[in-house]
Amino acid sequence: MFNSLSDRLTATFKNLRGKGRLSEADVDATIREIRRALLDADVALPVVRAFTGRIRERALSEEVSGALNPGQQVVKIVNDELVGILGGQTRRLNFAKRPPTVIMLAGLQGAGKTTLAGKLAHWLKSEGHRPMLVAADLQRPNAVNQLQIVGERAGAVVYAPEPGNGVGDPIQVATDSIEVAKSKLHDVVIVDTAGRLGIDEELMQQAADIRSAVNPDEVLFVIDAMIGQDAVKTAEAFLDGVDFTGVVLSKLDGDSRGGAALSVAEVTGKPIMFASTGESIKDFEQFHPDRMADRILDMGDIMTLIEQAEKNFDEKETEKLKKKVESGEDFDLNDFLTQMAGLKKMGSMKKMLGMMPGMSQYKEQLANFDEREVDRVEAIVRSMTPQERSNPKILNGSRRARIAKGAGTTVTAVNQLMERFTQAQKMMRSMTRGGGMPGMPGGGGMPQMPGMGGMPGAASGKKKKPAGKKKGRKGGQSGNPAKRAQEAQALADKKAGKTQDPVGSAFGGVDLGKDEEFDPANLPKGFGGIFPGGKK
Amino acid sequence: MDQPIILLIVAAIVFALVVGVGISLRVNARKKGLDDRRGIDAEVTGELSIDDVAEAVEKDKAEARGSEVPTEPASRLVRLRERLAKSNSGLGRGLLNLLSRDNLDESAWEEIEDTLILADVGVEPTTELVDRLRERVKVLGTRNPEEVRGLLREELIELVDPTMDRSLADTGKGGDPSVILVVGVNGAGKTTTVGKIARVLVAEDKSVLLGAADTFRAAAAEQLSTWGERVGVETVRKEEGADPASVAYSAVEKGQADGSDVVLIDTAGRLQNKRGLMDELGKVKRVATRPLGEGHEIDEVLLVLDATTGQNGMQQAKVFAEAVDITGIVLTKLDGTAKGGIVVAVQRELGVPVKLIGLGEGADDLAPFTAEGFVDALLD
Repeated sequence: MFNSLSDRLTATFKNLRGKGRLSEADVDATIREIRRALLDADVALPVVRAFTGRIRERALSEEVSGALNPGQQVVKIVNDELVGILGGQTRRLNFAKRPPTVIMLAGLQGAGKTTLAGKLAHWLKSEGHRPMLVAADLQRPNAVNQLQIVGERAGAVVYAPEPGNGVGDPIQVATDSIEVAKSKLHDVVIVDTAGRLGIDEELMQQAADIRSAVNPDEVLFVIDAMIGQDAVKTAEAFLDGVDFTGVVLSKLDGDSRGGAALSVAEVTGKPIMFASTGESIKDFEQFHPDRMADRILDMGDIMTLIEQAEKNFDEKETEKLKKKVESGEDFDLNDFLTQMAGLKKMGSMKKMLGMMPGMSQYKEQLANFDEREVDRVEAIVRSMTPQERSNPKILNGSRRARIAKGAGTTVTAVNQLMERFTQAQKMMRSMTRGGGMPGMPGGGGMPQMPGMGGMPGAASGKKKKPAGKKKGRKGGQSGNPAKRAQEAQALADKKAGKTQDPVGSAFGGVDLGKDEEFDPANLPKGFGGIFPGGKK
Repeated sequence: MDQPIILLIVAAIVFALVVGVGISLRVNARKKGLDDRRGIDAEVTGELSIDDVAEAVEKDKAEARGSEVPTEPASRLVRLRERLAKSNSGLGRGLLNLLSRDNLDESAWEEIEDTLILADVGVEPTTELVDRLRERVKVLGTRNPEEVRGLLREELIELVDPTMDRSLADTGKGGDPSVILVVGVNGAGKTTTVGKIARVLVAEDKSVLLGAADTFRAAAAEQLSTWGERVGVETVRKEEGADPASVAYSAVEKGQADGSDVVLIDTAGRLQNKRGLMDELGKVKRVATRPLGEGHEIDEVLLVLDATTGQNGMQQAKVFAEAVDITGIVLTKLDGTAKGGIVVAVQRELGVPVKLIGLGEGADDLAPFTAEGFVDALLD
């Protein structure tokens, strides 16, 4: 089970407390963690080596050893480098000065070329072009047929003079298609070629011949986001063979970490231009290097989460809740129900929790998480009277017994839920009060952290609390949440008294000194430390 | 980003906590329980190891009494090292290091590690393998990198386990056809694999029926029937967008009526994180064998895994195993440069054997999996 890089590095740097500088051994340990994180994300080994070499150099320099929180600083460097490679030169499609613009697709079998051809046509159409699809995959049974159907869905004309299934000459088809496009006034021609292996010289030669026959303005290399170490060899072979000008990452809607993106971008120096993210013809987007970097580093995908939230939440309800919270009223179980309805619409709870940054360390727990737990909680809440929902304080023993009966569960379950709810309520309250998020009931009822008041903004506040949580777990934790919290407090106090606690700040995605106010742009990274505790 | 969005996130967190903390607490509790148990285990093992030694001594004595043949000095040394390697005391370790200096330099080890990582075996299994190998090298006192490679080969073969049953369940029970379901992510090569398996079965004089339960992807059914036509096998298909489970049902129903030996069902590619699609697959599996009556489970569920897949392959195998209980793996596209090392991890974790390998687009490029051949290619 791998934790997010951020968490791992923090663990590595935990032992450095009090040391002013990073020793070479410390840096080595850090580099090992980075190497492992990248390999786990399927970044190819040679690329990992080159990459860690660069990180090492920068990590040994002043910018890290001088930093307040070296761990976070290193994460930042890694992130910067990643974004640098992935998106150093993001660009748009090159269109020919004199139409038609020719786009050729190439890649391994099953990478998703034909599907992408349809998506690309659909997208170009929405941009006001008149694309034409060319069926030059005459190899795979019924690939021509598939392209025709895909073209129909995309509302694009398909040029398919040959039946396929091994019949016909793809080079001839490609050559002819240009004339056809000119005569029919199509301004973009998309040539779908057969999937081929990098080591298949004959077919690579054929691809090269198609390339020289149609002289494309763009050659897009389609690569599966799930590909492993083979990415480098494949990319190099295709670069040699067809000299592609851009890369499309397909099947990004899967849960692979997509290290291949980094491998290909680094090895070939070609930009990744598009991402294909689903089976529907509209699931096609421009590539976001920063999101990809976060994904490779397992930082969670908060942007996607937000996008989904925006789509699925009832705006009015949220506005109401916002007002309520701001006016200092308590978040009650009615709000909880409405929010939950919205969350349910967003899809599986597991998936969503998985998208939260730092959650990957709970992967095992998440895997064990029973989706129906949500329904059980809902059943309990729905078994309450409206009065009880808006004022949970009135819940006494007999009411609880009734609720348990109504929900088909035990009083203990009801009690547990109420306990958690009280904690969440507390958290809400403190959030509205101080802008920070101190008492997170993560490890079970966290009290206000020492020094919390001085925290600059919500972002850093959010990062602060897990530090406490971790401390709580570390020293002979107690099974009793309240007691554990107490211990955490004591431990934290001790530490705060001794030195300026570097662990706390190491969680920060934002440098505490610099960011005086909460900058939402920092949110994704800032969230990187949400649940970093709980190491085993 | 404006206030409402932040609030939304907050709400999400609140909810995650209200529901999620429950889990973390519970898991913690469980973990604690586990730790406790582990503690006891450790105690028990402590006792056991003493017993072990005693037993070993006892055995030695018995042997000595019985045959009077002293063990070879070399193997005695190996046994001593073995015991030292297992002991946890500092003295034992020190002694072991003295007795068996590992003369392989770090770069040799690194090279071995790189071979495995480059074959997509994954960091964790690689580290584990190499650590075990280091131990064995210490015990055996091997100094030669070539020999170490030999040992690694042995370890890997052991891991892949050549003794596993890798035959396809291609004979049905009680006169009913055997039902084989083929599943996998998009573009792994399911349809092609189904076509190739059909060819192999036809060559074995079996009557085969294909079920085109991929009703989603454009022209998937056509692709399958083209494969079928080539070998004179019929394909049961319905219109695009039909319920895949109903296609599977009809295929099996027809297979039973025709007295076919095998019904091969091709399904649509699905990424393992799409829950709805995985549920759909579960339904296909449940419904498919219904015509055969109660108690007749599906005979074989083959997961098609692309050899180029990296660490995500593990996740794929896990989720598919959970959803439809896979009984075998077909590793495709092994004709490229990819080694498909992820199946080592998959087999280690799930115990599902690789049954077939795909070696290209040719109609007969399907071969049975052999552990030795695979491992040799991996270390190549």
